Amino acid sequence: MDLLSAICRWRLVLGLLCLGLFATDHVAAGDDREWQPIANDGLRDPKSPAVRILQQPRDALSGLAPDNAGNQVRWVQALKEGQINPRSFLRTDRKWETYDKDVLLNLNGGMPVVRFPHSAHTPWLDCTNCHDHLFKKKRGATEISMFLILQGEQCGVCHGAVAFPLTECSRCHSVKRSDAMAELEREAAAAKPAGAAEPTSPPSAPTTPPTSGPAQRDKKK
Amino acid sequence: MTTARFFLQKRAVLLLMGALLTFVATSAVAEYADVVINRSAEKEGMRPVIFPHWFHRIRFRCKVCHVELGFKMRAGANQIKMNDIIDGRFCGACHDGETAWSVENCDLCHSGKAGLPPGIFGGHETLGPGRW
Repeated sequence: MDLLSAICRWRLVLGLLCLGLFATDHVAAGDDREWQPIANDGLRDPKSPAVRILQQPRDALSGLAPDNAGNQVRWVQALKEGQINPRSFLRTDRKWETYDKDVLLNLNGGMPVVRFPHSAHTPWLDCTNCHDHLFKKKRGATEISMFLILQGEQCGVCHGAVAFPLTECSRCHSVKRSDAMAELEREAAAAKPAGAAEPTSPPSAPTTPPTSGPAQRDKKK
Repeated sequence: MTTARFFLQKRAVLLLMGALLTFVATSAVAEYADVVINRSAEKEGMRPVIFPHWFHRIRFRCKVCHVELGFKMRAGANQIKMNDIIDGRFCGACHDGETAWSVENCDLCHSGKAGLPPGIFGGHETLGPGRW
């Protein structure tokens, strides 16, 4: 790893020397994120007055929780830690529904199990943004496919476009299979004494899938 | 002889890599999730609109525009007309001279290069919505 980074650094130095490029004010200490000035983002017409007036990404984003992908900002963390305070509504003071349960998905796949956290999504989105046209509410009722996601469907409507990109596999595929199974068993056991299979009000510990039936069987259908 | 050739080759490779890297470092990359809105702008004689998600999501949660204002979550799926904006719909809900700049500041939104197709841009592109 050290060797690799050393080589990269050497190449960078060489590259800069080669074409006589002036070094930009690249800060190596700690946060080395860089954003393209909007004048050369490839989209703006450099002759447009906007490039002199509009805020630069660096000015807006450099103070926010760092990431290595997308906008180089951990948006969920930035919101949670109060680094940003985006408005929830424009005209009418409306109360948006929230939901904080985690859902374990991809129980039979080859990749680690996905823990989908509703709690990271509902501060930004309304239920209707995803339900029911992208995902049915009932667990297992929608077959989720990486193929569709990569084509911009399902999770890919946002991830790969505006939320963190699909290069970050392990952020979703984050739970070891055995741990996921143990978690589901614990939940099934905890649900049993209650008798009925109805999901109760969302507990603060975000662990329970919406239905208490063995999720594995649901998934296999 | 062979060592000299080796060093020559090595130097050539390094030069090439250097050139490539400088190209990458200076090549234009849109900020992640920038949207080009150009279904009718250029036909009407205006520059395409560049909508920066990053700027707006600092100030508004997704649901404000994608539920309250009714923007569909698919680049190119919304037919946004200036008349609607002037009447306070879509962008016009904020860009009214109070919350944000008003429609007289044409060039601040209509700032894109000629010929850009509608879509979502930025790094880490997959076959995702940017291609739809």
